[in-house]
Amino acid sequence: MSGRLVARNIQLNELGKLEHFLTLEGLKAHHLTEILDTAESFINPQTNEIRKLPLLRGKSIMNLFFEPSTRTRTTFEIAEKRLSADIESLDIQTSATKKGESLLDTLWNLQAMQADMFVIRHAESGAAHFFAKHVAPHVHVMNAGDGQHAHPTQAMLDMYTIRKHKGDIFDLKVAIVGDVLHSRVVRSQIQALSILEAREIRVIGPKTLMPSDPAAMGVHVYHNIEEGLEGVDVIIMVRLQNERMKSALIPSEKEFFKLYGLTEERLALAKPDAIVMHPGPINRGVEIDSAVADGSQSVILEQVTYGIAVRMAVMAILISNAAQLAQHKAEQESQLQIEGLDSEQDETEKMEDEK
Amino acid sequence: MRIVIKNGRVIDPAQNIDATTNVYLSRGRILEIANQAPEGFTADQEIDATDKWILPGLVDLQARLSDPGSNYAGSIATETKAAVAGGITSICCPPDTSPVNDTQAVTELIQRRARQAATAFVMPIGALTQELNGERLSNSYSLKQAGCVALSQANQPIQNALTLKNALEYVATLDIPVMLRCEDEKLKNNGIAHSGPISSRLGLPEIPPSAETAALARDLVLVEESGVKAHFSQISCSRSVEMIAEAKKRGLPVTCDVAIHQLILSEMDTMTFNSLYRVSPPLRSMDDKAALIMGVKTGIIDAIVSDHSPLEKDSKLLPYGESVPGMSSFETLLALLVKLVQENHLDLSTAIRAVTQNPANIIACNTGSLEAGNSADLCIFDPNIIWTLDAQNMVSEGKNSPFTGWEFIGQVEQTFFQGRPVFRNNPV
Repeated sequence: MSGRLVARNIQLNELGKLEHFLTLEGLKAHHLTEILDTAESFINPQTNEIRKLPLLRGKSIMNLFFEPSTRTRTTFEIAEKRLSADIESLDIQTSATKKGESLLDTLWNLQAMQADMFVIRHAESGAAHFFAKHVAPHVHVMNAGDGQHAHPTQAMLDMYTIRKHKGDIFDLKVAIVGDVLHSRVVRSQIQALSILEAREIRVIGPKTLMPSDPAAMGVHVYHNIEEGLEGVDVIIMVRLQNERMKSALIPSEKEFFKLYGLTEERLALAKPDAIVMHPGPINRGVEIDSAVADGSQSVILEQVTYGIAVRMAVMAILISNAAQLAQHKAEQESQLQIEGLDSEQDETEKMEDEK
Repeated sequence: MRIVIKNGRVIDPAQNIDATTNVYLSRGRILEIANQAPEGFTADQEIDATDKWILPGLVDLQARLSDPGSNYAGSIATETKAAVAGGITSICCPPDTSPVNDTQAVTELIQRRARQAATAFVMPIGALTQELNGERLSNSYSLKQAGCVALSQANQPIQNALTLKNALEYVATLDIPVMLRCEDEKLKNNGIAHSGPISSRLGLPEIPPSAETAALARDLVLVEESGVKAHFSQISCSRSVEMIAEAKKRGLPVTCDVAIHQLILSEMDTMTFNSLYRVSPPLRSMDDKAALIMGVKTGIIDAIVSDHSPLEKDSKLLPYGESVPGMSSFETLLALLVKLVQENHLDLSTAIRAVTQNPANIIACNTGSLEAGNSADLCIFDPNIIWTLDAQNMVSEGKNSPFTGWEFIGQVEQTFFQGRPVFRNNPV
C-alpha cells in the first residue's frame, strides 16, 4: 500500500550497529560473526575458562523474568558478573502487573532506578520489541526469550558450538528435530543458520508441531526422520514439552520416540562426523536415546559454557556500540561547530572585502 | 428550516442516481432531488456543493459506542460525533455493552442517550442469549419491540450447536434478522494472528481460517434448517466468500459484511508487532484480501462496516498478544473506501451501495437513501482535498488507528442529520 515507510529495524542504531538484541531476523552475517568472534576472545583456548573482564563496570543490568527460568537466568547472571556489571534480578508475575500498575509503568519505574540494560523474558511473542520501543534512548534491551518468537542468545550459542566443531557454518546441512511450532529457540536457530548461509536447513517432526507455513522460514520439512537425517552435518534435538500431549498434538512420549527419537541407528544415517546438539533440559528416551546423548558425537554439555561467553559478548557489544555512537555524535557536533566557525569567518572576510 | 444543496454530484445507489443536481430539504426530511426547486420552495439556506459529492448518510452495521459501560473508550455522545465526522449517520451497535443489551431497559437506555446526543441515528442490536452467555435465550421479542433492529452475539458466538439451533428456530418466527460472527472457539485456540508466513516466522499463536469456515459451515446448515434471516458479520477468509456465494445461489436468506480494514490491510502489516493492527478476526492473507474485495465487487458481500472499536490508550500499550483487538475506524471508513475506488479495486457506485442501500436493507430501515420523505441524513464529500491522518486529531475518544501518516484524497466536508448540520470540517 502506498503512503507508508518501511520501519527501521529497531534493534540497530544510526550506524547500523546493534543497539538492542531482540531477534536475529533482519541482521547481517557481520553482526553475527562479531558476536561469535567476541565470545571466542572471552574464552581461554587452553583451559576453556571464561575470563573476568571489567567491560561493564559501573553499568547496571536488570534481569526481568516475567516467565520462570532457572538456566537461562543463571547464565545471564554469570555473564553479567563476569563483565563486572551491577545486577538485579526480578521475578515479575504477569498477573501482578495486570492487577495494579501497567507493564509500562513497571518498566519505567525500573528504568528510573538507573538501569542501563534490561534482560527480558516474557510469555508473549513480541514482548521484547514492545519494551525496546518504550525504553529511554540510552537503555538497551536483550531478549532472553519472548513467547514462541525468538531466543537469540540461545541460537547464537548454538552457532558458536557448531562453528567450534565444524569451522564454517557455510555449506553445512543442519537438521532440527521436534517441536518447531512452539519453539522460539528453533525460530532463532533457523534465522541464524540462514544468515550464516548454511547449505540446507531441515526441520523434522509431525505436522501438528509445525507452523502453518514453514517454507516462509526458509526450511525444508520432513515428516520422516530417516529421510531427514540423511547426510546431515549437524542434528539439533528440541525438547518436547508435556503440554503437547494434553493438547492432543501427539499421542504419547513413547510414540513420539518411536517416530522421531534420535537413536544410534538413526544417527548413523547422518554424516559420520555429525554432531548432536540439544538446548536442554533433555528428556532421555523421549526425544533422544541416552546412548546418543552421552555418546562421542554429543556436544550437549559444551553448549552451556559457551552460553555464558556468547551472552557476555552481546552485552559487551551493545555497550561498546553505544559508546561508539556517542563518540560519533560528539565528533559530528564538533565538526559542525568548526564548519560554523569557518562560515562565520568567511562571512566576516566577505564583509571586509566588500568594504 | 428549508435547505437546498446545489450543484453537487448526487450519488444515491438506492435510486440509481449519479448526477449533478440539487437536493432540497424541508423540516428534516428529503423533499426532492431535482434541478429546479419544487413549487413554492424558498430556501432559508443555500449550500453550494459544486465539485462535491452529495451522499446518503452512511449506514454502519457494526460499531461500538462504548455505552453503556463497556471496556471501550468514549460514549454515545462522543462516538456519534466521530461517526458523523466520517459521514456515518446510522449506526448499529452490538450488544456487548456493560450491562449487556439483553433487556428492553438497556435498549431504551441506549436510545435515550442517542436521542440526547441527537447527532446520529443509533440502532441497538439485542443479545441473542442472556448476557451473551450462549446458554439461555434472551427475550428476543421484547428486544424487538423495544426497537432492536437485529439480534447477535457480538464477538461471542454460540459454541453449542444445539443452543444455536434453538435460538435460530425461535427467532425465525419473529421477523428480525440474526447477525452471526463465525468463530469456533476451540479451533481459534487462543490464537492471535492469521496462520500464515508471518505467524510462522514471528511465533504468534495461529488462528486458522477453519476457525471461521468450520463455524460458518455449521451455521449455514442451521440457518437453512430454521429458515431464519441471517447476516454474517465480518467475514475474513476467501473460503467464506465462496461458501456464502453458494448459500445465496441455493436461495438461502443470507447476507454478509466485511470490515473495511480487511479490504485494505493484510497479515503483512502485523510484521512489526504493532498492536494497532490487532483486530478480530485477524488480518488475513493477501489472497483473502483480494477475494474479499472481489466479493464486494460481485455483490456476494453485501455491506462494508467500520467495526469501530474505540479503545483507551492503555489497551494498546501492551505486547501484541496482550493488547485488546480493535481499531477506531469511524473517521477512516469512507476515506479508505474511496481509496479502493481510486485504486480501481471497486467502482464508486458499488462502494457507496455497500455502506448505504445494502446495510439499510439488511436491517429493513429507511435510511441509506436520499429518497423523498426519508430523514435528511446526508454528507457532502469533497473528493479533491488531499489530507494526512493523524489519529491524535480524530474526533473519536479512541485514537487507536493504524492509519496515522496515510495520505487520503477526499474528505467529508459537512454532515446533516435530520436536516441539521451535525459536522463541518475545518481544514487545518
